[in-house]
Amino acid sequence: MPTKSPRIDMTPMVDLFALLLTFFMLTSVFTPQEPAPIDTPFSVSEKPKPDANIMTVVLSADNRVFFNVDNGQDTILHYRPQILKEMGKRYNIEFTPQELRKFEKYPASFGVSIHDMKKYLNTEDAKVKEILEKGVPIDSVDNQFGYWVFYTRQINPAVQALIKGDGNVEYPLVKKVLDVLQDYNVSRFSLITNLQAVTVDVTGAKK
Amino acid sequence: MDMTPMVDLMCLLLTFFMLVGAFNKPKVMEIVLPDKIKKDQKVDPPKIAESRTLNIILGPDDKVFWYGGKADATSQPPLFETNFSATGIREVLLDRNKALFDKIVQFKNDVKTGKLDIKQDSLANAIRQLKKEDDTGPIVLIKAYKTSKYKDFVDIIDEMSIVGIATYILVDINYVEQGMVEAKLGLSRTTAPLTQK
Repeated sequence: MPTKSPRIDMTPMVDLFALLLTFFMLTSVFTPQEPAPIDTPFSVSEKPKPDANIMTVVLSADNRVFFNVDNGQDTILHYRPQILKEMGKRYNIEFTPQELRKFEKYPASFGVSIHDMKKYLNTEDAKVKEILEKGVPIDSVDNQFGYWVFYTRQINPAVQALIKGDGNVEYPLVKKVLDVLQDYNVSRFSLITNLQAVTVDVTGAKK
Repeated sequence: MDMTPMVDLMCLLLTFFMLVGAFNKPKVMEIVLPDKIKKDQKVDPPKIAESRTLNIILGPDDKVFWYGGKADATSQPPLFETNFSATGIREVLLDRNKALFDKIVQFKNDVKTGKLDIKQDSLANAIRQLKKEDDTGPIVLIKAYKTSKYKDFVDIIDEMSIVGIATYILVDINYVEQGMVEAKLGLSRTTAPLTQK
C-alpha cells in the first residue's frame, strides 16, 4: 500500500483555466447598476437588446423617470457631451469641458433635472446624488425629458428608443412617456423584457 | 509548489464569469405606434367593422376586461372579466383568431418538417404577409384603466404576439368604458361625466 499519493502535474489544467478565465473576463460586459432597482416584466420575445445607438428610458417602481443614451458605435463619436451641451444651451447653463467629460464617462442612467446637473456631476458623494435624483421632469410645464429625446435624435439620427420599466410602474406614467415619444416622432421603440417561453396548444383554440 | 489554492480560486472566478456572461442577456419587444395626428390636420377615422372589434381593457390587480363591438352612452355590451392565465384572455383571443393562428402554426410546421424550404429570415416575412392578408381575425383595441400597471401592458402586447393577432392598437380609454369598468369592480364613479363640467 502506497504511503504517498502520486503527484499529478497540474500545469496544463492551470494553463487552460487561465486561458478560459482571461477569455470570459475580457468578453463579459458589465451592465452598470441602475440608480433604482428595476424588475422588468416577462415576454416571449427573443430579440436581443441592441448594443449601440440606443437611448433608454428607465421607469422605476416609484414612478421616477431616468434617461440614458450611449456614445454611439465608436468612442470617437462623443454623442453624450454633444447632447448635454445642446441641453445646456437650451436652459442657459454653461458646462465646463471637465463636466462634459464626466458626463460622457458616466455609466448609469440619470434622473436629475438639468438645473441640478452641474451639482450632480461635480459631487462624488452617493448620498447627495441620491437626493438630486428626483427623476427627469416630464410634465407639460417643464418637459425636459422631451428635449432630451429631441436633442438625442438631432445629434444621433440612428438612435433607437428603448423603454426599461419596472412591472409595477403605473400605466398613466407609461402613457405619458409614450405620448412624449410620439410627440417627437418616435413611433418605433422597444420594451426591455426578460425571456419567458410560453407554449400554446398547437391544436389552436379549445374544442 | 502546491498549486491547489490557486486552482481553486481560478475555478471560482471562471465559474463566476461564465455565469455572468450567460445570464446577462436582456431581450426587447418591439412595438410601433401610428403617427400622431396634428391638431390642424383633418383625418377621417379609419372605418372598422364593429363585429370584428375586440376591446380589451386592462384593470387593476392583473384583471383584464373585454367586450366585443362598440360601447357608447346609450348601449353598452356586456363586459367580461378574465385574467392573464393560459385559460384567460388568451383563450378569448385564440377563439377569435383561430383561422390566422392555425395558418401560422401550419406554416411553421411545414417549414420545420421540411415540406417548405425557406430561409430563416424569410419566415418572419412570410408570417407578416399572412397577417396582412388576414381579414377575419379580430381588430384588438387595447385600453388601460388608470390603475393598471406597466406589467399588464407588456403582458397584453405579449399575448398579441403569442396568439398572432394581425391588427392591434393602443387607444385611450373613454368615459363610458371607465364607467363600465368601475361598475364591474363595484367602485363608485371617480370621474365626473364630461357634460357636467
